[in-house]
Amino acid sequence: MDTAPPDQQRPQHDPPYVQVQSSGEFGELRHAHRSFAFPLTAAFVSWYLLYVLLSSYAGGFMGTKVVGNINVALVFGLAQFLTTFLIAWWYARHAATKLDPRSQAIRSRLEGEA
Amino acid sequence: MSDTLILAAGDASEHRTLIISLFSVFVVATLGITIWAGRQTKDAADFYAGGRQFSSFQNGLAVSGDYMSAASFLGIAGIIALKGYDGFLYSIGFLVAWLVALLLVAEPLRNSGRYTMGDVLAYRMRQRPVRTAAGASTIVVSIFYLLAQMAGAGVLVSLLLGITSDAGKIAIVALVGVLMIVYVTIGGMKGTTWVQMVKAVLLIAGTVLITFLILWKYDFNISDLLGSAAKNSGHGSSFLEPGLKYGITDTSKLDFISLGIALVLGTAGLPHILIRFYTVPTAKAARKSVNWAIGIIGAFYLMTIVLGFGAAALLSQKEITDSNPAGNTAAPLAAMEVGGGGDSTGGAILLAVISAVAFATILAVVAGLTLASSSSFAHDIYANVIRKGQATEKEEVRAARIATVLIGAVAIVLGAFARDINVAGLVALAFAVAASANLPTILYSLFWKRFTTQGALWSIYGGLISSVVLVLFSPVVSGKETSMFKNADFYWFPLENPGLISIPLGFLLGWLGSLLSKEEPDKEKYAELEVRSLTGYGAH
Repeated sequence: MDTAPPDQQRPQHDPPYVQVQSSGEFGELRHAHRSFAFPLTAAFVSWYLLYVLLSSYAGGFMGTKVVGNINVALVFGLAQFLTTFLIAWWYARHAATKLDPRSQAIRSRLEGEA
Repeated sequence: MSDTLILAAGDASEHRTLIISLFSVFVVATLGITIWAGRQTKDAADFYAGGRQFSSFQNGLAVSGDYMSAASFLGIAGIIALKGYDGFLYSIGFLVAWLVALLLVAEPLRNSGRYTMGDVLAYRMRQRPVRTAAGASTIVVSIFYLLAQMAGAGVLVSLLLGITSDAGKIAIVALVGVLMIVYVTIGGMKGTTWVQMVKAVLLIAGTVLITFLILWKYDFNISDLLGSAAKNSGHGSSFLEPGLKYGITDTSKLDFISLGIALVLGTAGLPHILIRFYTVPTAKAARKSVNWAIGIIGAFYLMTIVLGFGAAALLSQKEITDSNPAGNTAAPLAAMEVGGGGDSTGGAILLAVISAVAFATILAVVAGLTLASSSSFAHDIYANVIRKGQATEKEEVRAARIATVLIGAVAIVLGAFARDINVAGLVALAFAVAASANLPTILYSLFWKRFTTQGALWSIYGGLISSVVLVLFSPVVSGKETSMFKNADFYWFPLENPGLISIPLGFLLGWLGSLLSKEEPDKEKYAELEVRSLTGYGAH
């Protein structure tokens, strides 16, 4: 390489990003991320909004006693905690098996070419 | 009883000595860490990103430290103690929000950005206008958040040290401000990250202790605890149901929804949280640190429920509101009560421990916020707008240090005002501004190829201005007993939280601004951003 780039951390030759972006392999990676993350985001936001709306407009239902002083509202709230933990765990697993190998493969190839 | 409480907290000088000594130990220890970290801070990546060498667990802890603010600890416990179930919404919203950060933001941000949120917002766009906008919204969000922390500090001080004079309170707020300036200017991100970790451990330990003691008192029977809280609050079973705070009128119901939306969408747009992802080496480590944070923060919020209902069960409503009308001191008071009351040694020690923890919490969060805003000022505005990318790393870091001092000064001045507002409510405003101004642009930038510079500017400024203006003309600022300016009345926007209007507006303006844009979106830059953000190629 003849001259050092101004920012040493940047790759010395920019790879053909547009070509990479339109490659089938990258398309698979994008699809693996979006088809998982987008619907799941829509799902947990709706699930959370359902909780907010029920709290506002269905007080009677939310106040129904389940056991002792524990009512539907409390159970519903704790369920939000539970689903959050589960989704975080599920995404970590999805990312490790479906996203990391694909992104690693593309990155290695680009680094080899640079 | 309420008199004895106030006297106990105000008069007994041994409480004061204990609190001050515990707090001094924390300050000395963290200053030591800061000086040590300062010696290792050599270049800009050290100052802004702590050298990017923290492990995912360390960063998970630091993220939790940055996130579990006085609002979470004092504010949520206070709202639950006074209004019962409605305070629970905060805990849930604050936690669920992390999924947005996890699924959509943390990893691509780590892969494509360098030091600030502005790095990602401006990536595909014309640098100067978008950097300016990103810097402006970073600073506004951080200052709203700072205001909440400073209000918490003032409130704690009057309870614990018996300082009731305005001069005394301002002196303490100034002390907090000066300490945070020292942490940030000397320690940079490395020092701040360690302070966050220490604080997170202390906060969790303190909360576990009080939670355990409260549950013990009720033989670990949650139903009994809830029952006593409901009975003692004077509200009966409605204390355990939604609606006590927000269910009264149609307007307050809308306010509840507005708050709910702001909480769940705000986190992934908070600059001081986003820059934490630059302190780890890879996107995978960023993902793991979010997962750690979700675990730690989730456990903490579950305990705030016990703290809040415990305070309601152990104290009368009058005791809580006499000490602070917004309930901000319910958690320390509950700690004192569960330790045996104000006259006992156990009560005094627990009050001291919990107060020192709350101080540590405030100090650490304030340092994180200051770092985020001074980084953005130096990196986005000074280096890329004023100097057009020609500043050296040294000049940039110097600018960041100067900005830290200025922002610290602003925080001290603002801290002298907000006092009787519930601090969780104040933080919710910061969340609304972040969700309106930052989140739409982050998501469009990363995922929408037709997004343009004009779209980014409309979205950031539209979200920022609409949310701030709506707050200004809301009952938070004027027109009510609990307002910042009680004696003025210029409110016309009925909701306390602007999110319901300003967040959709931010998204709408980003979309509309892009469609109506004369310039074509930069396809090559988008390709570069997308490839880098998903693969980690060329990541700093």
